[in-house]
Amino acid sequence: MSYVGRSVRRLEDPPLLTGEAHFVADLDFPDMASMRVVRSPVANGRLIGVETAEAAKAAGVIAVLTAADLDLPPIDVRMTNASGLDPYRQPVLAEGRVRYVGEPIAVVIAEDPYQAEDAADLVWAEIGDLEPHLDPLRPGEFENGIPARVATVEKKYGDIEDGFEVSGHVLEVELRVGRHTGVPMETRGAIGIWDEAEGVVHMYGAAKVPHYNRSAIATMLGLELDKVQLHENHVGGGFGVRGELYPEDVLVCEAARLLGRPIRWIEDRREHLIATNHSRDQVHRVKVGFDDTGFIHVIDDEFWQDQGAYVRTHGATVADLTGAMLPGPYLVPAYRSRGHIVLTNKTPAGTYRSPGRYEGTFVRERILDLVAAELGMDPVDSRRVNLIPRDRIPFDREYSALATGVTYDSGDYERLLDRVVERLGYADLRADLERRRANGELVGLGVACFVEKSGLGPFDEVRIEVDASGSVEVITGAASLGQGIETSIAQICADGLGVNIEMVRVTHGQTDRIDRGMGAFATRVTVMTGSATSMAAAEVREKALEQAAGLLEANPADLRIERGRIQVEGSPEGPFVTLGDVAAAAVEAGGELSATAEFNTTHMTYPYGVQAAVVEIDRATAGCRVTDYLVGYDIGRTVNPMLVEGQLVGGVAQGIGGALLETFRYDESGQPLATSFMDYLVPTASETPHVEVMVSEDFPSPLNPIGVKGAGEGGINGVGAAIAAAVGDALGQPGAVTELPITPESIQAILSRG
Amino acid sequence: MTALRDITLLVNGQEYAVRVEPRKTLADTIREDCRLTGTHLGCEHGVCGACTILVDGSPVRSCLLFAVQCEGVEIETVEGLASDGVLHPLQEAFWEHHGLQCGFCTPGFLMLAKGALEEDPGLTGESLKEVLSSNLCRCTGYQNILAAVEAAAVRMRR
Ligand code: FES
Ligand code: FES
Repeated sequence: MSYVGRSVRRLEDPPLLTGEAHFVADLDFPDMASMRVVRSPVANGRLIGVETAEAAKAAGVIAVLTAADLDLPPIDVRMTNASGLDPYRQPVLAEGRVRYVGEPIAVVIAEDPYQAEDAADLVWAEIGDLEPHLDPLRPGEFENGIPARVATVEKKYGDIEDGFEVSGHVLEVELRVGRHTGVPMETRGAIGIWDEAEGVVHMYGAAKVPHYNRSAIATMLGLELDKVQLHENHVGGGFGVRGELYPEDVLVCEAARLLGRPIRWIEDRREHLIATNHSRDQVHRVKVGFDDTGFIHVIDDEFWQDQGAYVRTHGATVADLTGAMLPGPYLVPAYRSRGHIVLTNKTPAGTYRSPGRYEGTFVRERILDLVAAELGMDPVDSRRVNLIPRDRIPFDREYSALATGVTYDSGDYERLLDRVVERLGYADLRADLERRRANGELVGLGVACFVEKSGLGPFDEVRIEVDASGSVEVITGAASLGQGIETSIAQICADGLGVNIEMVRVTHGQTDRIDRGMGAFATRVTVMTGSATSMAAAEVREKALEQAAGLLEANPADLRIERGRIQVEGSPEGPFVTLGDVAAAAVEAGGELSATAEFNTTHMTYPYGVQAAVVEIDRATAGCRVTDYLVGYDIGRTVNPMLVEGQLVGGVAQGIGGALLETFRYDESGQPLATSFMDYLVPTASETPHVEVMVSEDFPSPLNPIGVKGAGEGGINGVGAAIAAAVGDALGQPGAVTELPITPESIQAILSRG
Repeated sequence: MTALRDITLLVNGQEYAVRVEPRKTLADTIREDCRLTGTHLGCEHGVCGACTILVDGSPVRSCLLFAVQCEGVEIETVEGLASDGVLHPLQEAFWEHHGLQCGFCTPGFLMLAKGALEEDPGLTGESLKEVLSSNLCRCTGYQNILAAVEAAAVRMRR
């Protein structure tokens, strides 16, 4: 009986259910001290001096450190390093200039966190206020002579002018996606420990990309790679923001080395909302040419991305993905995108689950709705006219994203749309909503189609070791942020090897266990690590059969492994050896039963989906409620349906947050207005509808041995788009929504325009 | 910094003699002084519910109480849910229904649900959803949490 394809319950759950799990804040080391970060209270200013004497005298204080006490370079760009980004990198502690409210200026280290927090209030920074720049459309200067417009990312194919020429209709629209972000329930945290005897610095609280961060920290601290070890613990959600290298990660390591004590920093929620990466925040001005049939000949988009005060580790990633993925599942013979990365005096921004696609899908699907409205077509029909037909796939976009060529590998987009239409009972549902609107209700339906991406390479390495008890360890450089990767990887390993899943243990995120690893981002783990696991398992299996053949005096080709027992196929009563026996024999012979495999790929794999939302608007309060939600998604092959569904449903809830509730606003002086859960509103169970999930496995990916595509970002991708369409439908003004989030104020404004 | 106070807390039926500042929250005291780290902190301002525990059977936010206020009450945390290695029906149901992903919010939800179901064993549907909307989860979209609590409620009534 195979495990892959079954809703196996998760191996990682028991410690999480009983309170025995260890998140970084749960760890205790002897003699540990607490670090508190002193942050800039102003959005833009000259940092004239930092007065620390009084804080240094406060009870329990061990040290107060400013930029003058440290000699650390700024934090480098990890991905999509467009040229010219260097001057915009964030220093670990501000020196001479502060650029956003929340920027680290100093750290106080004290015996306990209460004392550190008390003393941090006594640090006084003298700052000469400068005019804050808050509008990405009117960028200022980053520094004298260095423009705040950092770079422009371009994507282009086809003939734009020709496209408009053959189009009978042209429309132009400005569309905005607000500033919101991942907001995991666990805030960030890090513990640095200096092992004097070995000269090794350890950091606990690593996540997402431990191996990359290890090398970055080693470089910044001037240590050899093997003198830095990162350790991943339980992680309370990542969503793209957590696990990137931030100033605090470097600071705990450096402070530990300077002071010779374990140093712990646990972020509080206010800090999280002003210090951890924000995301989204784009303004698009798009011009579209289409003909009477609704066929879109050309999209010409220009957008401005407000990336906050500094270029952090993601570099140009979000702008790159926005431009690359915006055309989505449609043909669009000519396309141009120009994305300007602009810095302002707000919290720096990076990637958040489905970066560039949540935004781009909103823009594209608004276009499809506008085209339909203009021509009096049904919105599903405007999509049908434009979808890439099955016989054109694999479909090459003729440009690249994340330095890999964008080629949609497999799929039938219209077939998935058909299924969703059928499941919705589309015609009846439309008619029913029509009737309800005629009775004065404000109800509407919106549909969005999209292409996702997953399985970013270039490689992933997995090592599988079997010990004499027959237990199997899978060691990977991937990371876990709570998605359930231990279970999926164990399922793949158990099947490949022929053992019970209970015998498999998955080790991840430990740089001292495996030299290389890419981590967990871009929905890559199931595809990349899963593939490497299946290859390593096959290799171990082959070795085991060969060994066993000797022990059983049989031909390896006649043997099979089932539940860890190796015997001649078809003779269950015959002699057998266990995998543990074979491992023991291998050790006796001076070897071991293990294998390392590497999976390489140069292309991502592209799952796709269709989402539909039904909303209800309260005329009195202008509040919008999502009453029904459907996700159709083709994932190629499913390892664990329950986990896939969990990813998709969870993504929808986050998408609803970005569509209706979540937004970081600033006042005119650059003070952030959302600094607690009272003003940054995350959806609760009341705002989250039941989500129906329809997963299909029509088109396994030809790019990997197991055929999988990722599920991590397929839930959130289309939510802003589908809800915007549904609200427009409910209000009888299909194109009215041009901005996310859709707040009661904006609905009120549309109603009074109506 | 104020004078330390000696107090005794009763957590999961066990007494803990601790010495704390009057300003130390109950959550921090449970986590640091009793070393029961299953109670999590997601906001420290009373909104997320990750720190939910039971005080005399009722769900409360332990980040909003001071330890010195809690002498003489019965405190229950997630560590007290399973007995002798046997999971509580709520824990079983969360496992079975995939009611957790990262698991950071889970202890708070388990304690909230336990308190709510003990007060009203018949809690279901919209009213259950309303109760559970007092805690935040960023991973699951709540669907499986609701399903898990519904399933556990049925088992607990038996
Ligand atoms: S930590 Fe207590 S409510 Fe959030
Ligand atoms: S499971 Fe991650 S916050 Fe709820």
